[in-house]
Amino acid sequence: MKALLIGEYREGKLLDTTYELLGFADQLGAEAVMLLVGSNDRLPAYGGTLYLADAAKCGEYNPDLHKQLILEAVGKEEPDIVVFMHSSYGWDLAPRVAANLRASQVSEVIGLSGGGFEVGCCNAKMRRTVKPATQRAVLTIQAGAFPVQQPGGAPQVQFLDPCGTGTVEFIGYEPAEAKDVDLTKAEVIVTAGRGVGKRDNVPVIQALAKALGGELGASRPVVDAGWLEHSHQVGTTGQSVSPKLYIACGVSGAIQHLAGMKKSDFIVAINKDRDAPIGEIADVLVVADVLQFVPALTAKL
Amino acid sequence: MKVLVCIKQVPDMESHFKPNGSGTWFSESDLAWRMNEYDEYAVEQAVQVKEKLASEPELTVLSIGPDRIGEALKKAMAMGCDRAVHVQDNDSAAKDPWQIASIIAAYAKAQGFDLIFTGMQSQDRGSAQVGAIVAELLEYACVTTIVGFEFTGGAVTVKRELEGGIKGVARLKPPALFTCQLGLNVPRYPTLPNIMKAKKKEIQTIAVADLLREEPLSATTSFHAPARKGGGVVLEGDVGPMVDQLLAILREKTSVLR
Ligand SMILES: Cc1cc2nc3c(=O)[nH]c(=O)nc-3n(C[C@H](O)[C@H](O)[C@H](O)COP(=O)(O)OP(=O)(O)OC[C@H]3O[C@@H](n4cnc5c(N)ncnc54)[C@H](O)[C@@H]3O)c2cc1C
Ligand SMILES: Nc1ncnc2c1ncn2[C@@H]1O[C@H](COP(=O)(O)O)[C@@H](O)[C@H]1O
Repeated sequence: MKALLIGEYREGKLLDTTYELLGFADQLGAEAVMLLVGSNDRLPAYGGTLYLADAAKCGEYNPDLHKQLILEAVGKEEPDIVVFMHSSYGWDLAPRVAANLRASQVSEVIGLSGGGFEVGCCNAKMRRTVKPATQRAVLTIQAGAFPVQQPGGAPQVQFLDPCGTGTVEFIGYEPAEAKDVDLTKAEVIVTAGRGVGKRDNVPVIQALAKALGGELGASRPVVDAGWLEHSHQVGTTGQSVSPKLYIACGVSGAIQHLAGMKKSDFIVAINKDRDAPIGEIADVLVVADVLQFVPALTAKL
Repeated sequence: MKVLVCIKQVPDMESHFKPNGSGTWFSESDLAWRMNEYDEYAVEQAVQVKEKLASEPELTVLSIGPDRIGEALKKAMAMGCDRAVHVQDNDSAAKDPWQIASIIAAYAKAQGFDLIFTGMQSQDRGSAQVGAIVAELLEYACVTTIVGFEFTGGAVTVKRELEGGIKGVARLKPPALFTCQLGLNVPRYPTLPNIMKAKKKEIQTIAVADLLREEPLSATTSFHAPARKGGGVVLEGDVGPMVDQLLAILREKTSVLR
């Protein structure tokens, strides 16, 4: 089996997730070739073939052009699978490439199972096994699901020259909002999820955080609804934290939230749903209504 | 100008999911249904475009599925869509993203929409594929995962969300398709007068067989619950005793209680 791996490069840097793609190919026992829209000065440390296009010429985000480059490499290598990270770069490009190749796409692969791929569904509560029905498949893999391959070696570079401009003009990056709360230093974080119900209930969660001498965290819907500032958000598009104690109140445990807190030393989840996926990583799952349990806990501290 | 928004009706994610008879998807019994959360942002953005443009574009909402999706279409019309297209398909859950996208593209091709909005992903399947495939099939410009949208001077400037809260800013011209991310806007609640008005709006029904010409490219072979790692303690029962149990555990296993 041959895999074409699509590396990632952003703001002038090669992203480390590129080595997860190599880890995935290794686990599959696939021969790997790679494509990167990046820079000859920042090559990935791996010993195989690398199709390289210059990000300075193509733009770091130019889906039409990047798609063309990938299709060109597919034509040369005839891979069985084309593999992306399930990232803002990967989920944007993969369906475009798959549709062009009329190839099956399996999104956000977390494991291998009997010739098929294991993926999450129903907000991470359930799993599916998906099998491509086409010879060639396009995959996106979940960050953190496969081991990182240790960097080593130097690639044999084949330069690709992009042509054309594309329909999307990339203007630039906007930095993340300034953080007035640094959650990364907190020993205790108590997080309010959508399950707290409404803005007026947030102080109940805040009181527990205060009683424990900790900081207040938030899941994304709590921030999107304007109950708390973005600086409190934990997850892939917020902060990554690893406190001694993390208490998730009314948080379901979607993968993008878990990615930001699963390294915490001790995790307590308070949720009225016994099946909530947060239960998979919690050291203690308290099956209860947050509005009853949290005040009772705070009162005893 | 013409605008299309595609929505999916999904179960409430707090439901208990059980495999169906063939073991390849969930059983539909005892589920409450709602509009896919990401699609609420798509509908809101489409309605805001309509409200802002003096030309008052016509705004169509489309969904593929069985009779029950009429509820989601009505909600979208109560939020401000002008008309609805219901692609009648009792077996939509068994279609793969390629087929769903092909159905949408087959409908949209003849209509010449200037702007199309979809959610970035469906909450139940979560493939994050349909929008981008539709754009590819229609040869529309496309940006996924948008958290900012501005339409001025014939071009759209969007912000797309990247990891860690960084945003990428891009510009593109219609015809274009956008997949909408959480937080793009604040989806409105339909008001009672608008719910009443929506009842009078047209729902066009099209049989799926009239639009579908594609075989699936992938197959789901199993739907199941994740294996429980079983390491964690589960506390259930009355609040008082659970508080004491939790405090005892925290005293034993952590160093944070003073
Ligand atoms: C690209 C991308 C990036 C994302 N980035 C992030 C991110 O950085 N951070 C993030 O958090 N999310 C992120 N998300 C969103 C994520 O997928 C989930 O939608 C989100 O984490 C859900 O938040 P929640 O758990 O608070 O809400 P829900 O999923 O709605 O869960 C609410 C939970 O509360 C429980 N509950 C309800 N009422 C009560 C009660 N009275 N007592 C006890 N429990 C109750 C329910 O059983 C449920 O489990 C991202 C999504 C995408 C696609
Ligand atoms: N059955 C459907 N009918 C209409 N639109 C859909 C349907 N399924 C998916 N979509 C659209 O495609 C988006 C992405 O879905 P998915 O690729 O399944 O994650 C959704 O947010 C919807 O906007």
